[in-house]
Formats: sequence, C-alpha cells, structure tokens
Amino acid sequence: MTRIDKTPDNSTGSRPVAVSVRGLVKHYGETKALDGVDLDVHEGTVMGVLGPNGAGKTTLVRCLSTLITPDAGTAIVAGYDAVKQPRQLRRVIGLTGQYASVDEKLSGRENLYMIGRLLDLSKKEARSRADALLERFSLTDAATRPAKTYSGGMRRRLDLAASMIGRPHVLYLDEPTTGLDPRTRNEVWDEVKSMVRDGVTVLLTTQYMEEAEQLASELTVIDRGKVIAEGGIEELKAKVGGRTLRIRPADPLELRPLAHALDDMGLTGIATSTVDAESGTVLVPILSDEQLTAVVGAVTARGITIGSIATELPSLDEVFLSITGQKASAPQDARPELEEVAV
Amino acid sequence: MSATTVTAPAAPTIKVEADPRIGLRGHLRHTGALVRRNLLWIKQDPESMFDAVLMPIVFTLLFVYVFGGSIGQSLGGGQDAYVQYVIPGMVAMMSMNIAQGVGTGFNEDFHKGIMDRFRSLPIGRASVLIAKVSVELLRLLVATTVLMIVAVLVGFDINNWAGLFGAIGLSALFGSAIMWIFLVLGVTMKNAQSVQAMGFLVMMPLQFGSSIFAPTQSMPGWLQNFTEYNPMSGLADAARGLMVGGPVAHGLWVTLAWTAGLTLVMAPIAIRKFTKQS
Repeated sequence: MTRIDKTPDNSTGSRPVAVSVRGLVKHYGETKALDGVDLDVHEGTVMGVLGPNGAGKTTLVRCLSTLITPDAGTAIVAGYDAVKQPRQLRRVIGLTGQYASVDEKLSGRENLYMIGRLLDLSKKEARSRADALLERFSLTDAATRPAKTYSGGMRRRLDLAASMIGRPHVLYLDEPTTGLDPRTRNEVWDEVKSMVRDGVTVLLTTQYMEEAEQLASELTVIDRGKVIAEGGIEELKAKVGGRTLRIRPADPLELRPLAHALDDMGLTGIATSTVDAESGTVLVPILSDEQLTAVVGAVTARGITIGSIATELPSLDEVFLSITGQKASAPQDARPELEEVAV
Repeated sequence: MSATTVTAPAAPTIKVEADPRIGLRGHLRHTGALVRRNLLWIKQDPESMFDAVLMPIVFTLLFVYVFGGSIGQSLGGGQDAYVQYVIPGMVAMMSMNIAQGVGTGFNEDFHKGIMDRFRSLPIGRASVLIAKVSVELLRLLVATTVLMIVAVLVGFDINNWAGLFGAIGLSALFGSAIMWIFLVLGVTMKNAQSVQAMGFLVMMPLQFGSSIFAPTQSMPGWLQNFTEYNPMSGLADAARGLMVGGPVAHGLWVTLAWTAGLTLVMAPIAIRKFTKQS
C-alpha cells in the first residue's frame, strides 16, 4: 500500500474525525468486497473514495449506512458504531445512492414530505422543510409532477434534497453523477459544494477523477477491497512524479517513430509513451528539467522535427493508472496545459 | 466499548447513550406516511385497482352462469341455489386473490433505490411491510364491496348484515395472514414473474380443492381429505354459515388458527428477510 506522509500543518488533519473506519471486511462468498479498509474523514471535509467498478466503494457506503453488516472491523460515524448503534447512526446520516432513491410515482414534494414524516417531523414541519428544499434545489416548478417525469439531473437533485431533510451530520454520495451528462454533472457538483459550505461532512465515491478533483479535499484510492493510496490530491499527484510531456511532431507521419524514440530512452521506468492520435501528439512522463532537455536532444538526434512541446501536470487518470496499473473506466480530459515551450 | 479496537491517534470517542426506542406513536406515524405513499400510487395510477374491481365481477358471472345451473341442481335447486352457495365462497376467495398481488407488487418495489433509503432511515423496518399489508387490505375491501354489489344483482339475498360483515372481516383477517406468505416470496424471489408463478402454484390447489365453488361430498376420498385440512374450506364454510346460515364454529376456529399460525411464523420471517437483505 502506498501511504503518503501528511504534512503536519495539513488543515484537515487538525479537525475532529467524523467517520472512522478500521479494518473493515466484507466478503461475499469468495469475493472480498472489502478486505481490511482503514479510512478517516474529518469534520466538514469531503473525502473522495476513488476506484474502478467493483473496487468495493458501494459496499463501503452500504456498511457505513447500516444497510449491510461488515464481517469484521469497526466503523464509527459521528460517534456511533455502525454495528452496535445502527439506529442512532441512521439519525445522523444522509444517503444518496448510485441509483436515485426516490419514489418515481410520487411527486417531488410528496417524496420529501414522506421522508420528513419518516424522520419524525410534524406535518407542518415536514411540509415547510419540503418546500424549502424544493426551492433550494430549484425544483419548485416541478414540485407537483411525479418524479418519473424528471430529467436525470432533476432526479439526482431531488435525491440530494431527500438526503438533506434530516439535516445529516455526514452525507454519503455514492457515485452521485454516474450516467449524467457534463452540464448536469456540474449542477450536481454545485449543489454538493454548497452543502459542504454549510458544514456537512461528505464521503463521496466516484470513478471520475475530475469529480474527485472538483469536490474532494482528500482521497482514498481503493481497488479490490483494499486501500492502495491515500492523501491530498496534490500529494497524490506529486507522488506519481512531476509532469507529462506532450510533443507534437511537425510531420504527423512521424508520430509513431517519435513514440518509439521516446520508449527507447526509457526515461522513468514507470510508464511508456502514449500516442494520442486524435491530437497528433505523444505523451511521456518526465521527472526533471534535465529529462526534458534530454528528450529534445534525443528526438532531434533522430532527425524528427518537433512542431510543439508542452508540459502538463498528470491528470488524476494518470495518477490512478500509475498506482493501480489499470485504467479508470471513464476517460477524462487531461489538465489544461500549464506551460508551452516553443522549440 | 469498541473504542479500544480503534488504534488511530484521532480515534473518535463513541457516544454512550440509550438506544432511542421507537414508540407506538412513532410506529403509527411512520406506517401512516408509508400508507399515504401507497395510496398516492393508486391515485396516480387508478388502473392498478382494475384487478380488484374486475376480478369479482368476472368470477361471479363465470361461476354463476357457466356452472351455476348444473351445480345448483345437485344442491337441490337451480342457479338461484348456487348463487346462495357460491357468493360466500367468493368472499373467502377474495382474501387469497388480493393477497397474491402483494408479493409481485412488493417484489418490484423492493428492487428499487427507494428501499435503500427506507432502510437507512431511523424507522422500524416492519413499518414498510405493515403499510403494504394495510393498503392491500383496503383493496380487499374494495374488491369485496364490488363483489357484493354484483352478488345482489345476480340474485343473492342479504338477510343477515351482521353475518355479512363478520364474513368479510374474517376473510380480511385471513387475507392479511396470507399476505405475509406472499411478502416472504416477494422479498426472496428474484423477479416479479417468478413470484407470480409461485403464487399461482400455491393458490390454484387451495382455491379449487376446497368448498369454495362446490360441495366436497362428490369429490374422491383423497381430495376430500385435502379439502378437510385446507384453510380455504374452513374460511368458505364459516363465511357461508355467517351469511346464509349453517354451522360456523368449526370453520371459524380453523380459520382463526391458520391466521394466527401463518402470521406468527411468516411475519417475522418476512421482516427479518427484509431487514437483512442486501
């Protein structure tokens, strides 16, 4: 397991722990969905739990929301033990699952009112809370329509609103934007950010690197039920080592010879070059300015003319790839280019 | 308690406080909110009541006009005699026919995300099932009302209102017990189709191997033995006794015993399966 040492002045480290998971294990027959997960989420922060499909993210959320009982280990949420005090725990959490957990046949308002009543609000309180949340999540116009007529984004917003009725201390978002188009995804992100500003502690699972970058302050990367890396986003990036070079040959036909030339150099030993045919560029990781100079020298020595060259910080996709040796399922755009070097 | 097993320096302290039991009022509030949900479904989709309204009409017309004449003769009358015989049987039959629907309905509901929300809320998890049973009982009453209207139109004489209400109440009671069986099927089986197929398999022999549609005297011995122990016979006989006269006690006790037995065994299984399901 890759453990990144946290700097002592880490702002999240000084906050009290809202969710503490130790040695959590859950097996389904032969499958180890969770194989000894440790995790801390600090008050008022967003912990991103990142991993490919089947990594155990959903199982973790289901253990933490008392939907399933772990085989071993402890999980303490807002001071309550998930196994021994499930009822108290359910009072302080909100859950937005991978699939919208609202009643499709009921209107938005009826959904929220029902959950308010199930959370022991009086009829009057339940009604006013439902209206306030509809307003906040921009659903007032659709309040009386059945939820099945809602768009994907509206449904997720209703789902988020439903999770907020009980003013939860800790909110679990299990892949909240899976299956949403980019614009709708942004809407959901904005809502999550505003909830975090209100002081809610969030545990977010996602397979989108971009989502983790947008929302989370700390990350835990899990794969096959195990934590394989943890730390702040910048720390994780720093760990994979420096930058990526994006080189465009002047002659597009030289794309592959260029890639071979770079591979022959064996720059870092961790990753080989990647051809991005669409943009006509080759990507290669480098660790230092000396390597940048060496690359330019070697490529020129082979008689390949460089059209342009740029360095980029690695995207979380690349971070993920280098940690797990496995590509995340959804392709993400690389980070915007930070500096362009004309050659 | 388990604070000792937490090794990190930032280990949170576990709050020690009494488990807040949900009181009776709480349970009623939760069940009420969930009943309201199921009623709004019907309002949203009135067609879901079609079976409850049409089934008694179709069955009554079918049995009275197709079989009524010939079975009636063996009863020492005609079609009119058969109406007096079969209508109380139909009241009994409604209990099982409506109860069967709860399994398929709940199975569909069960696989949706909303169940995860319910199960992550601080409510008694039995509330979700009890609400379902309550609404199905309401459907049962609607179906029985329709049945009695058709019954009167085809010539059934209501001469004992108290007996009629008693029979309907007994049928509803037994229906609620049957519903727990179908809830267990609904929670355990993979999809609604298999629940329906299984329900049909359970229902057919119980309904036709009974005194609901015809007197059992002419049946072969082995079948008579089956009908003897079949709770549907007990319920039909009791309903007949209450509505048109005749012995009540035996059927009444058989029905009550089955109701109590099925509920005591099946309700906890359904609730446990629902709670544990992941």
